[in-house]
Amino acid sequence: MAKKQTDRDGMVYLVSLPRRAVTLYVPLGVFLFVLLFPFYWMAITSFKPDSELLSHTGNPFWVIQPTFAHFKKLLFGTPYPDWMLNTVIASVVATFVSLVASVFAAYAIERLRFQGAKQVGLAVFLAYLVPPSILFIPLAAIVFKLGLFDTRWALILTYPTFLIPFCTWLLMGYFRSIPYELEECALIDGATRWQILVKIILPLAVPGLISAGIFAFTLSWNEFIYALTFVSSSEVKTVPVGVITELVEGDVYHWGALMAGALLGSLPVAILYSFFVEHYVSGMTGAVKE
Amino acid sequence: MFSRFFNNRNTLGLMFMLPAAALLLLFLTYPLGLGTWLGFTDAKIGRAGVWVGLDNFIYLIGDSVAQLSLFNTLFYTIVASILKFALGLWLALLLNEHLPFKSFFRAVILLPFIVPTALSAIAFWWIYDSQFSIISWTLKEMGLIDRYIDFLGEPWLARLSTVAANVWRGVPFVAICLLAGLQTISPTLYEAAALDGATPMQRFRYVTLPLLTPIIAVVMTFSVLFTFTDFQLIYVLTRGGPLNATHLMATLSFQRAISGGSLGEGAALATLMIPFLLAAILFSYFGLQRRAWQQGGSDK
Repeated sequence: MAKKQTDRDGMVYLVSLPRRAVTLYVPLGVFLFVLLFPFYWMAITSFKPDSELLSHTGNPFWVIQPTFAHFKKLLFGTPYPDWMLNTVIASVVATFVSLVASVFAAYAIERLRFQGAKQVGLAVFLAYLVPPSILFIPLAAIVFKLGLFDTRWALILTYPTFLIPFCTWLLMGYFRSIPYELEECALIDGATRWQILVKIILPLAVPGLISAGIFAFTLSWNEFIYALTFVSSSEVKTVPVGVITELVEGDVYHWGALMAGALLGSLPVAILYSFFVEHYVSGMTGAVKE
Repeated sequence: MFSRFFNNRNTLGLMFMLPAAALLLLFLTYPLGLGTWLGFTDAKIGRAGVWVGLDNFIYLIGDSVAQLSLFNTLFYTIVASILKFALGLWLALLLNEHLPFKSFFRAVILLPFIVPTALSAIAFWWIYDSQFSIISWTLKEMGLIDRYIDFLGEPWLARLSTVAANVWRGVPFVAICLLAGLQTISPTLYEAAALDGATPMQRFRYVTLPLLTPIIAVVMTFSVLFTFTDFQLIYVLTRGGPLNATHLMATLSFQRAISGGSLGEGAALATLMIPFLLAAILFSYFGLQRRAWQQGGSDK
């Protein structure tokens, strides 16, 4: 493991090609194969006809007669399109609400520096460490009491509990990197705090906003335990919960349809991610590095 | 007068904090307290409970399934975290090399972390299937086994299989975060060490590792936290079976509280997780926090 440390950019020439192949390319290839194989397997299974899926002969790594039957069943024979719509609505609205609340909170903590701002900043970080698995039981009771059980609002209002702490923490880091002088100039010119936030800070923090937004969107898209607990009828389920609870029927698993459902449910986040890789990575590492 | 009021930093700060604070207080702080309180009651779904003191906790401590779930959770967390750390660091070191298509590799490697865990867990469920597992098929074709492996059917195999799926999902996160840390280490340090005659092993041990410690601490704290409270993977793959061998505290509290209806008992179980989480956070904070020399200061 340690050997690889030698070939930093400046000293690469000291390592021979065969050695580099063994210490670098082979392990990297194995990593790539293991990390990506489940996706390949998911995709290839969703195009296989049932006869190929359940046969023990032939090469299982390839599909001989690709079929769209599983996708067709999924889209027209199940409430899958509804689940997709619910997931999109819940994720987009929760992300938007969280971003707005986080921008204000982060600006107040980082730049207004009201009394106790430091303690509030710490509290936000601690809130980020509270896992949903210890919150879902009391939250279920609250959701029920508020009459939100089995509605989209249950998801839209509870997702911000893990989105706001994360986004606020991330945006605090971005706001910190914007020079004070810009704000002071604007204050001298007579701008109000609101104008400063909207006209100076926000345009400069666009990369941070994108990072926070993308990350928040994928987090809410992936959310499982709240959606499983707070929603019970098929029309309001999200994709992960719908696939797990409704496509698995009895002892006969419809692997083709399950894999098609998993594939279609993963694609939106994967595509979004592919457009904003750098923002996503900087959001993830930024939140950890602070 | 009006505008002065709105430019006062305390008033304005309060107003700016309001939306976030309202949501967090109502849906995070309040439930956290309510959850602890529920743990001391015999609440059922649809019926408010009465105070029963430590009854739930005493019952859980004597309950063999709850004990097993604690063991499983600790096993799952410790083994998966160690593997995630070792493999993640290795992958980060590989990616830190001079490579063609480096940014492409980095982007692709993060995919397991991006897609919904519940959905990738279904792929693992299929890979682990007792009759059609692709792993069993390959091993059988190679002549290494003669019967299909029942990955999720035997207690220890099931534990290890779920750990493997968790590691699969967690390694990219650890690797990309550590890679970000590695990239901040100046190459001149390695050149200086090399000129002084340090072997590659020594360069890793005395340059890379000390400079990486702060970020390792944070990343592993997050990793441990997420692993300890994991729910989706187990819920999808095994639902806690076979014979409760893979039940984690989170899945057991879901089963007791939501499926079984005993909110109080489930809440008590969830509350029992908090001391472990606090211990993990404190351990990484005090054990691995930044030292002065790591930030360019002098040793005390």
